[in-house]
Amino acid sequence: MLEIKNLHATVDGNEILRGINLTIKKGEIHAIMGPNGSGKSTLAKVLAGHPDYEVTAGEVIYEGRNLLELAPDERAREGVFMAFQYPIEVPGVSNAQFLRLAYNEKRKHLGEEELDPLEFKDLLKERAKVVEMEASFMSRSVNEGFSGGEKKRNEILQMAVLQPKLAILDETDSGLDIDALRVVAGGVNQLRTPDNAIIVVTHYQRLLNYIVPDYVHVLAHGRIAREGGKELALELEEKGYDWIKTPETNGTGSGATAN
Amino acid sequence: MITELIKSESTYQAAFRTVRHARPTAAWAELVRGSAMDRFENLGFPTVRSEDWKYTNLAPFLKDKIVPAVPTELAAEAIARFVYPETANNHVVLVNGFFNAQLSSLKGQGIVACDLLEAIADARYGKIAREYLARNATYHDNGLTALNTAFLQSGVFVLIPRNVKVEAPLQITFVSDTSEPHTANFPRVLIVSEENSSATIFENYVSLDDEAHFTNSVVEVVLLDGARLEHYRVQRENNKALHIATTATELGRGSSYDTTSITMGAQLSRHDISVVLDHEGAECWVDGLYIVGADQHADTHSVIDHKQPRCNSHQLYKGILDGNGRAVFNGKVFVRHGAQKTDAMQTNKNLLLSDRARVDTKPQLEIFADDVKCAHGAAVGQLDMEELFYLHARGINPTLARNLLTYGFAEEVIGKIKLDSVRAQLDEAALNQLHTRLQA
Repeated sequence: MLEIKNLHATVDGNEILRGINLTIKKGEIHAIMGPNGSGKSTLAKVLAGHPDYEVTAGEVIYEGRNLLELAPDERAREGVFMAFQYPIEVPGVSNAQFLRLAYNEKRKHLGEEELDPLEFKDLLKERAKVVEMEASFMSRSVNEGFSGGEKKRNEILQMAVLQPKLAILDETDSGLDIDALRVVAGGVNQLRTPDNAIIVVTHYQRLLNYIVPDYVHVLAHGRIAREGGKELALELEEKGYDWIKTPETNGTGSGATAN
Repeated sequence: MITELIKSESTYQAAFRTVRHARPTAAWAELVRGSAMDRFENLGFPTVRSEDWKYTNLAPFLKDKIVPAVPTELAAEAIARFVYPETANNHVVLVNGFFNAQLSSLKGQGIVACDLLEAIADARYGKIAREYLARNATYHDNGLTALNTAFLQSGVFVLIPRNVKVEAPLQITFVSDTSEPHTANFPRVLIVSEENSSATIFENYVSLDDEAHFTNSVVEVVLLDGARLEHYRVQRENNKALHIATTATELGRGSSYDTTSITMGAQLSRHDISVVLDHEGAECWVDGLYIVGADQHADTHSVIDHKQPRCNSHQLYKGILDGNGRAVFNGKVFVRHGAQKTDAMQTNKNLLLSDRARVDTKPQLEIFADDVKCAHGAAVGQLDMEELFYLHARGINPTLARNLLTYGFAEEVIGKIKLDSVRAQLDEAALNQLHTRLQA
């Protein structure tokens, strides 16, 4: 489904990703772990197409197409979804309006008929169960005045409505208490199918108790420093990130080093 | 230019003589009209040399010969599109400033709405009118208000009697019938909310067609002790119109005034809104939205005057500017000596959708008391890149994303209007004006 080859990316001229290689097949869950500044959130944003990040080398093949050639909204309509680490507030636009618009954009793209507000309401009610979201959230402005946990649940609700092929969860566990974590993770597990793939970007192993990955990749200084199964996450939990060293790193991590 | 102005003023002199003759009124009102005409002759129209009119130039509009309107007949079908289900039974229509009883419908209970000139002649209402007319909208230093006052020959008088709580909103529609081009309309409204009354009033300014016209409206609002009034004002005149308006309000003890002004129409519009908090414990919300497209100019001047202690004022004005549109926001908040425990908050936020759009914003606080809480701020910005990316990341295309955020920006103000059909129409109009097609 997704093949990342030698991906290099910069932000504000600083190289953050320095040669990522990763292959993801449908039905798989991959965890991307790593210390702060290792590049894991950058990887998520590059895949989603955030305009601040510039790809300087490498390629990303998604479903046989060059993902990097697609605009962010095209990627989304093609089934790529990133759950934001810091979901954005959109004042004055209700959650229901926003979700219906996004949903219908995708339907149009797939040549399907758009849903009117009433039809969509039924669908939304059904999907909202996945994250135990009450109806009152639908008429409120997108993320405005939501607690941290509510915002993260709202991200998973969007995932439930859009049903992406490839979901990238960027630190979805950050700022969640244990109950909210359980709801969010439970939602993600319900949305897992043999046909989609999920990338879980996280600093902590905690989330992976609930969303069990098939593979764990540990990033350090913009490269994958270690890979393994779910037991690697447990090892990290025990030992921390310090013992992981990339062979070629110069240790400064300033990002100024050219390849 | 100066000769042109004098010419158009002399048109008014001739028309004024006709009005005096055709529509005599009570002696006191006759005096008011006469002295207002004197003031207008003295003051004339404001020019850009005046600080308050620095950015808004009327001169190009006054070059054309403007003719004060006379009453015209209109069929009910002509105005059907300006009637909303919520106000079908509580609807007053002014055509070119003249109260039109045939087009009006007042089936609701409790509220008085009639021709202002008739109210002046009435024994009971005449007293009220005499006390409050031209009290808050003074004509002594304002040529435009003076002109409106001189041409007082109809208008609306609204009275919400003591202790009366009216649920159904009252709509006042100001229709400009431009079958005669370059007509000048002088709508005049006096609203008196007596003690502990409660009501909602919706002013709707529209044009029947696309011809240029000049509206110069003055609305005075008085809230007596404990009164509550929700007051909406929507201006959607055609894009050749020159629209000048004054809303002047005074608030009694413990009264509550919530007003929302939406400006979308006219080529050039100017709204002067003032609220005087003249008794303890009064509170007001003075909010607005101007949407300014290509070749449009919208100017808002607001004065919120805290004269007594323990009053609160909240002000949020938002602007959306596209094309080469221009807007002016000038907001003064005064906290007078002794107005302790004042809580005043003023915000003006502008969204520029084009490089050629321009806004001049000037929030001003003048505080002469020491135990007060006041804040003000102004912002001019563009659409937020992170917000746009968030929408893109959900599959919403860039044009739609831009429109959706613009709509969201407007919604904070439009959403205050509690008439569903009016709000839905405004949402749609806001989006159409921004060339889009989102359905709510």
